[in-house]
This record gives sequence, C-alpha cells and structure tokens, in this order.
Amino acid sequence: MIDILINVTLLAFLAITSVAILRMTNLFAIVMLYGIFSLLSAGLFVVMDAPDVAFTEAAVGAGISTVLMLATLALTRSRKRGHEGDYEEKPSRAHRPWLPLAVVGITGTALVYGTWDIPGFGDPNAPAQTHVARYYIENTMSDTGVPNMVTAVLASYRGFDTLGEVAVVFTAGVAVLLLIGGRRPKSGAKVKSEGGEDEA
Amino acid sequence: MDFFIDHYNYWVVIFLMMVGLYTVISRGNLIKKIIGLNIFQVSVFFLYISVGTVEGGAAPILTDGIELYSNPLPHVLILTAIVVGVAMTALALALVVRIKESYGTIEEDEIHELDHSL
Amino acid sequence: MKPNLILHVVSKFLIPLIIVFALYVQFHGDFGPGGGFQAGVIFSAAIILYALVFGLDAAEKIIPSHVLRILASFGLLLYAGVGVVTLLLGANYLDYSVLGSTQIAGQHLGILLVELGVGITVAAVMLILYFAFAGRGRT
Repeated sequence: MIDILINVTLLAFLAITSVAILRMTNLFAIVMLYGIFSLLSAGLFVVMDAPDVAFTEAAVGAGISTVLMLATLALTRSRKRGHEGDYEEKPSRAHRPWLPLAVVGITGTALVYGTWDIPGFGDPNAPAQTHVARYYIENTMSDTGVPNMVTAVLASYRGFDTLGEVAVVFTAGVAVLLLIGGRRPKSGAKVKSEGGEDEA
Repeated sequence: MDFFIDHYNYWVVIFLMMVGLYTVISRGNLIKKIIGLNIFQVSVFFLYISVGTVEGGAAPILTDGIELYSNPLPHVLILTAIVVGVAMTALALALVVRIKESYGTIEEDEIHELDHSL
Repeated sequence: MKPNLILHVVSKFLIPLIIVFALYVQFHGDFGPGGGFQAGVIFSAAIILYALVFGLDAAEKIIPSHVLRILASFGLLLYAGVGVVTLLLGANYLDYSVLGSTQIAGQHLGILLVELGVGITVAAVMLILYFAFAGRGRT
C-alpha cells in the first residue's frame, strides 16, 4: 500500500513539474526544473522495481543532459539585452493557443479511451508478463549464470539489439563532432551562405 | 477505487505526454521545444516501466527465496533508450547552436521571417 | 576563473571516488544493478566535474580529444569483434557459449567483454559531447 502512495505522490509531483516547465519563460529556470524532473523520475523508477533504469536516469538526466543544456544556453543567449533578460524566452506571436490545445485535447482523450482495455497496473497475468519475460526469469541462471537479469538480457539474449544501440550512440557522437566539433568561425555572417562547408 | 489505482499511472503518462506535445507545438523557442520532446520521451519510459511492473514483485536480480520478479525486458529497452535519448538530445542541441550561429536567434518566428526575407 | 578553494578540495576528494564507483558499477553489473551504460555515464561525469572545476584545458590534458575518438570507436569495435570471434569459433553471431570451456564460463566472458565495450564507447561519446559544447564557447 505504501509504495502505491509513494507512486501516486511522485507522479503528481512530476505532473506539476511538467506544467511548471510549460508555463515558465526563463530558460535557465526551465533547465534546472528539468533536472529536478529527471531526479523525480529516477525515484519513481526505483519505486517501480527498476533500479538499473533509475541508475541510468539519475546519471544521465540529472547529470549529463542538464550540463549539456546549460552549455547550449551559454552559447545561444542573446547579448543585446540586459543581464536580466539573457535567458528569457520571447512570447510567441504567430501562434494562438486554441489550435494546439484542441489537438492535444483530442489526442489525449483518444489515448485515455485506449487505457480502458489495458490490464491494470501490476497485474501479474497481463500479456506482457506471460510470454518471453517468463522465459527470461526462469532460465537466466541456467543459461548464463548471471543473477542480474537485466544485464543478461541486455548483453546476451538481446546482444544484437544492444550492438545497434551502441552504434547509435557512437553515430550521434560523430554527428555532433561534425556539427560543432571545430572552433567557431570568425565571421558569423558568411556561415549562412556556405551551408555545410565550414566544419573546421 | 481499484479502477483508479489500476489506471492512474497510464493517465499521468498520457498527461505528461500531452504536456510535452503541447510544448513542442505551441512554443517557438527551440530549446524549449527540445525540453518538451524530452518530457514526451520520459513519459514513454514510464509507460514501458509501468507495463513491466508486477504487484509485489522484486527488482529483477535473482535472489534466494524470492519467486516473483518484475519484467526485465522493458527495463532493458528503456535503459538503452535513455542513453540513446541523451545522445539524440545532444545532437538536437548542436543543431540549435549552429542555427544560433547562422541566424542569430533561436526563436522560430524570427527564423521564418529571416528565411522569407531572403 | 577565480580559484575557489572549497570547490577544488572537495572535487579532488570526490573525483577518485566517482571513478572507483564507475569501475564498481562496470564490473559488478552481473550481480547488482549496473552495467556498461551506467558505468560509462558515471565515469564521464567524473571527468566533466573535473573540467567544470579546473577548466577545459586541464581536462583535455588528461584525456585528449583524439584519444577520445579512438576510444569511442574501440568500444564499438570490441563489441562487434566479440561477435566475429564467436562466428570464427563456429557459433552464431554474439553467441558467447563457445568462448569458454563451459557454457556458463563462455557467457561470463562474453558479457564482461561486451559490457566493457559499451562502457568505453558511452564514456568516450559523453566526453566528446561535453568537450564539443564547451569548446565551442571559446573563440
């Protein structure tokens, strides 16, 4: 019972944080709130019995991605305005809120309608629990001798999948190096006309 | 009440998903759009982990005397998705940095105006 | 940057601990929560902390960026290479059972090597990302 209570409370916090992120206009505060959002979700992953995922989310979401976003903010802030307005998001002129709200409302309603048929939270007889997962739980020890099932599935049963994921991470690193790996070109005006030829 | 507890996770997931989607559609600032995408992404993580949770189950690390475990498969998928997600976020942020260097702004409206005034 | 004594002392104390913890997560991942992905991110967090406190140039002296590029490719190649070795030994791609005398020993060795490859690549790529963003700021 207590874990359901923690679950409900943390999810409510997450929802409140996300609305705060949506409504704020100071980008610096938004990035900090996003770090808190990640930390809350790491806690929630622990409550839902996923320590490996919580580990990753705490290190990645609250650590690396916050640092990267702060670095981007430092690179993209406008220097024309005063110090107070450096990180301020400008109000959008072209958009009215009603069309996005309608899209989001209709999509959300359709998705909520879809949850009527989903098996309840934590149901041990749900289809997701009865097929391949049961095999992993019963045979991991005799197949691989590794007690941590997540590691066994990650590296052994689904090793091909993980190879692809590592390749994606590597490719993203290469792409970022191509985009912003060199020093910044001296004259910012010429960059636009030359397109992609200015990678140093 | 049982119906509420059974579906509360999924409803909050949908709520977070819609907040992320709304941020992406309605806000013009590119960094804010990326944060909206990230919120959307985290909501999908919650959907997977919620599906994999078993009531009264333990974390999927084999221990003597425990019979009921959570489903390890969603954990594996999401574990890798988080790291791939941050790599993709970094790629998007790198594009934002280049847009700022070329256009001098990261507001969508101003970029459109600059494009049309050419 | 003005040197901050407390920040320097505390981070000098913390960084070795973070690196030891990353190694623990890497090699104890078979038995507790952890594995290559987490260990790589934690290791890179230690170096990023060093770069934030002592400056980017000091951090690039420890791990130069050309070494990072080689490491990132090496991890992926190690992963794919384990698969090729199993192919040459007559099993399917990434079927580690043939690597050791028994199936369990082979699986242990294969999982260890593969997780090591994942850890090296993830740590190197995260550092490449940080260095790219931080290095863009100086002209």
